[in-house]
Parts: sequence; C-alpha cells; structure tokens
Amino acid sequence: MSIGRAIRHPESRVHERYLRHSKKFPNVWCAGCGNGIVLGAIIRAIDDMQIDKNEVAMISGIGCSGRLPVYVDLNTMHTTHGRALAFATGLKMVRPWMKILVVMGDGDALAIGGNHFIHAARRNVGLTAIVINNQVYGMTGGQYSPTTPAGAFATTAPYGHIEQPFPITELARAAGAAYVARSTIYHVRELQRFVAQAVSKNGFSVVEAVSYCHTTFGRQNKLGRATDMMRYIQDNSVTLEEAAQMPEQERQAKIVRGVLVDRDIPEYTQWYDQVIARAQAEVNERGSR
Amino acid sequence: MTPQLMQGNEACAEGALAAGCRFFAGYPITPATEIAEIMARRLPQVGGKFIQMEDEIASMAAILGASVGGTKAMTATSGPGFSLMQENIGYGAMAEIPCVIVNVQRTGPSTGLPTQPAQGDVMQARWGTHGDHPIIALCPSTVPEAFGLTIRAFNLAEKYRTPVILLMDAMIAHLRERVDLPPSDSIETWNRAPTEVPPEWYKAYENEPRDVPPLAPFGDGYRYHITGLFHDEHGYPTERLDEIQPWIRRVFGKIERGHSDIIDCETDSYLDKAEVIVIAYGATTRSARRAVGLARAQGTRVSLLNLRTIWPFPEEQVERAAERLHCVIVPEMNLGQLALEVERVVGRRKVVRINRADGQMIDPDEILKAIERRGLDRGYR
Repeated sequence: MSIGRAIRHPESRVHERYLRHSKKFPNVWCAGCGNGIVLGAIIRAIDDMQIDKNEVAMISGIGCSGRLPVYVDLNTMHTTHGRALAFATGLKMVRPWMKILVVMGDGDALAIGGNHFIHAARRNVGLTAIVINNQVYGMTGGQYSPTTPAGAFATTAPYGHIEQPFPITELARAAGAAYVARSTIYHVRELQRFVAQAVSKNGFSVVEAVSYCHTTFGRQNKLGRATDMMRYIQDNSVTLEEAAQMPEQERQAKIVRGVLVDRDIPEYTQWYDQVIARAQAEVNERGSR
Repeated sequence: MTPQLMQGNEACAEGALAAGCRFFAGYPITPATEIAEIMARRLPQVGGKFIQMEDEIASMAAILGASVGGTKAMTATSGPGFSLMQENIGYGAMAEIPCVIVNVQRTGPSTGLPTQPAQGDVMQARWGTHGDHPIIALCPSTVPEAFGLTIRAFNLAEKYRTPVILLMDAMIAHLRERVDLPPSDSIETWNRAPTEVPPEWYKAYENEPRDVPPLAPFGDGYRYHITGLFHDEHGYPTERLDEIQPWIRRVFGKIERGHSDIIDCETDSYLDKAEVIVIAYGATTRSARRAVGLARAQGTRVSLLNLRTIWPFPEEQVERAAERLHCVIVPEMNLGQLALEVERVVGRRKVVRINRADGQMIDPDEILKAIERRGLDRGYR
C-alpha cells in the first residue's frame, strides 16, 4: 500500500502535492467562494497527518461542494445528490483501513441526504463528514436550504423564509456521532485542526464549516460582497469558552466555534469484525461436532 | 452434485456467494427479504459483510461504494425499492461500476398487491433510470436457474463493468424446488480485469483498445476520479463532444458486441418443425412449458423459447425462431411489456399476447387455448 506515498518536500507547497494541476482548473467556484478555503484546510490537514494519499478517499454529492474532490489527487468520487455518505459507507466497509472524507453542502447533507446523515451518525461508521454550510442552494441559484434562517430571502422564498434552520451539530450529536466540531472559513487554521482531529477520530465525525454564498444568498439579502460576508463571520463568531460567558440571547446570534462532541463509542466496521468472528466461530463449532 | 430443496431467494443468495459476492446492502421488503436474511447470516461466515441500510437508495449507493473498493456486491429488493434504486443504477451505468441488483417483482404500481407475483418491471429494468444507458437483465424461471443466473449476473457485471439486474418474481422467489448444487470448484466465476499499467498511466475510462477498461479498486494506489457527469478517459468531467462521443460509442458498444455472450435463451428441438411458438420468461415460462407439453401430446407442433436474458433483448434469437411462423404467443404477468419488443422484431400481426396483472399466474390452459387457436382469433385482450 505504499505506492506513491506523498513525499514531503519542505520547500514545496501543499497545493503542489495535492491538487490535480493539469486537470480541470480553473475551478468552477465564484471568486470569493469559501469552498476553496475548505479544500485548502482539508489538504493541509491530510498533509500534516502524513497519511498515504492512496489510503485517503474523498467523496461528495451534488452542488458546489460536490466539485471539491475532482481537484484533489486522492481516490475521489463525485456521487449523486445527498447520497455521498451511503456510497462512503459501502467503501468503508470493504476498505476499513481507508480514511474517507465526505464533503457535502447543507442542502446535500441535510435535505436530500438527511436520512443518510443521521443513520451514518447512528451507526458510527468511521467516516468524516465535512458539511460546508452556506445556508443556501448556491449551484441552482439561491433557493432556501435546510439551514436558511427564518426571515431570509431566497429565490424560492421571495416573501421571506418561514422555516427554522437545522442545527447541524446538534443533529449530529443527537444522532450519535463520535466527534462534532464547528469552525468557519475565516478561522482556517482552526478548521484545519478540526478536520485533522475528525479524520483521526475512530468513528463518525462531523465538521461544520460555516461559509457563505455572496453570489446568491448575499445578493438577495443585501449582505454585501464576499469580503463583507467574511467580515460578518469574523465579527460574529465566538469560541465555546466565550459563548459560555454570554447571556443566552446574545449567544443565540453567534456562530459558536469549537469541538462540541468527542466521545468514544464502538466504530461500525470494527464492531462488524466481531460479527465475522462470531459467525466463523459458529461455523467451526458446527464443523468440529 | 449435492441435491437440496431450496427456495428461489435462497438459491439466489447461495448463487451470489458462489459467484464471489462479499458485500450486500439492502432494506427489508417482501418478497425479497429472505435474500437479505440469508446474506446477513452467510456473508460473515465467509468473511464478507452485510449491512441493512436506511432505505433502498442508500443500499444501491452502498453496493456501488463497495464495488469501487474492489468487492463484488449485491442488493435485493422488490418494486417499490427498485423504483428508489433507479437514481443510483444510472450512476452505476454512467460510472461503469459492476454490481448486481435483484428485483423480486411483485404486483404494482405503488404498494400494489403485497405480495403477489408480477412481471411488471420489465420496462423499468430497461429504462427505469433517466437517460440512455446500457443495462443487462436476466430472468430465472426455476429455482436452479435462480442459482445459475445469479452467478451469471455477477460474471456479466464483472466482465462488462456494468450493473446487472436479476429480474425474479415472487413466484420463483418463494417456490421450493430441487437444486443440484455443483461443486464449488466447477463453478465458473469471472473477476474484473486487473490493471496492467502503473498508476501514472492508468485511465479508468480508456476508450482504446478495449471496450471494458479495468476498474482499479480505491486504495490500491491508483488515484483517479469517478463521477456521474459525462467524463473523459481519466474520469474528469467534460462537456467536449470529442470526449463524450467516444464514451457513448464504447459503453453502448461493449454490450452490443457482447450480445452473443450475454444473451441466453433456452429453446428445444421442436423449433424447426413448429407451427406456433411461445416466447416466455420467468414464472410464466412454467405455465408455457406445461401448455406446450399438453399441446404436443395432442399432436400440435409447438415450441417454447425461454428468454433467460431479456435485456439486451434477444432480437436475433426471437427473429430466427419466429421467421417462418405466423403465430407467436407471448404470455406475461403484465399488460404487455416484453411483447412490445417481440412485436418490434417479428411484426405486430404475428403476436398473440396473453396478459394479466392482477397478481395471479397465467393458467397453462389459457396458453394452451391460444396455441390451439394458432392466432386465428388474435386480438388484444
């Protein structure tokens, strides 16, 4: 399994070792998009951990986030809308030693893929789900998503949105994930650290990367340019410790960053090894009788 | 040869194991559930893995993921689940991922008659997912065929790098018959072609020189991209016509050029002197066989063509069997699906349809009457 192990040249930059340069660049994202920042955090995290690239897979669904894997020199798979975690579950079961990152958007992971999300968490399959939360369907032009805040405008909410957003991290916690963290595309070093922790975690891990879509959500809600939306994230996010000092009402309006869940529960594929052992012991017992 | 009394679903599960299936993902649904239950028990015994997913969409996705990991994989369902799987069956066809989907047909549409047999998913097996795509579908008419055709489904999936549908029905799935299990070393199994080039030369979707480029398992050092978008030879998305068109030609061509290998029809020695032919598949073949036997005993020259492969449609075999004849009887437990294909090949005027879609088997007597009339009073029922 050591063919093509990434050789670390201290002088060479990470993107030179992890991106498929000759391929489909420039990328599809709008200038100012957060997806590239998340991608950067992911490849730096993988690089820091010194994992063999051959043993890493990146799987995505559909949407702007779905395009992440094509740019990365890993085992990459761009699947159907919402189904990335189900594809990844199959791959993880037959290749349990692989590190599998599943990159999704908020609509991809929580609307069409919501069922797969909660059940992957419940099973505690050793996958890392990275949910880029930009609060909108960007690729299709700005329709409301499961994380669009009530009151916001979207092309499908021209009179203002009347649904409550999904709290991604609380959902992941309740569904049984082993590791849940939230950071933002402004706090890129922290995001990178959380991704590394998530990939190292033995179990289902979730990292919510709070991002924005200035092209669709920003325009419709008059939130300014990409830099203005980035500044909003910078000004309105707090660490867990800071949040703990705040009155409830103030905290509600903030993006709380930090590791929200980190617990040790049996990982699915390892538990399944016990199923195999039990089944084979039963067969042997029968054979020796 | 070990004779055993087996149920169709059991024969299917054992066939899958004999073919080398080591991963199963599924969701409970009558009349296919026994396959999942048997796989849950049997797979870990042979070092394989079973998972019950949250729905059929996820089951189909999981077997594709497992197959990309280099493991032969299968799911089993019935009509409602088969409808949910269509999205990812298309992904499998587009990304050329081998896998086997068992659809134990029950009467539909919707929840239909749970769970009376039917053959209503013939066209869905061919065109259920959106867009033009190649597909292979096999139909067992006996429990031994359920065993043999499941093995064949895996072999074809691996050989042609494509999803293969085993279109069973509730009748065969729940029927118990004698199966003479062949010794495992006598079973021919096909494994996907291994990669022969170093990773830097590898192209997962290479159009030349072979129709079926090797699919490297993820994790073995061949880092490449898989997508449901139209893609170039490396698997990267493309909208260039000079990259899309060769892909279409190759992917449809691989099945077309494989027709003689993929298509499997059972015929009999009466074909040359027959005046009438019955073309049947799946459970209906059993009624047809009985009717043909009775008719022959009365001195009627009638033959039976049992289609074990229905997709790609056995055009040549049907054409050859029917060319001299004026009457071709097509009994089906639907309102006329494969009959459309037979009519396309032999002409509408020759075809007598016998249909029912109310969950009941077609009575051999009904086919016998049609044989006796030799199509003289043909008309649509």
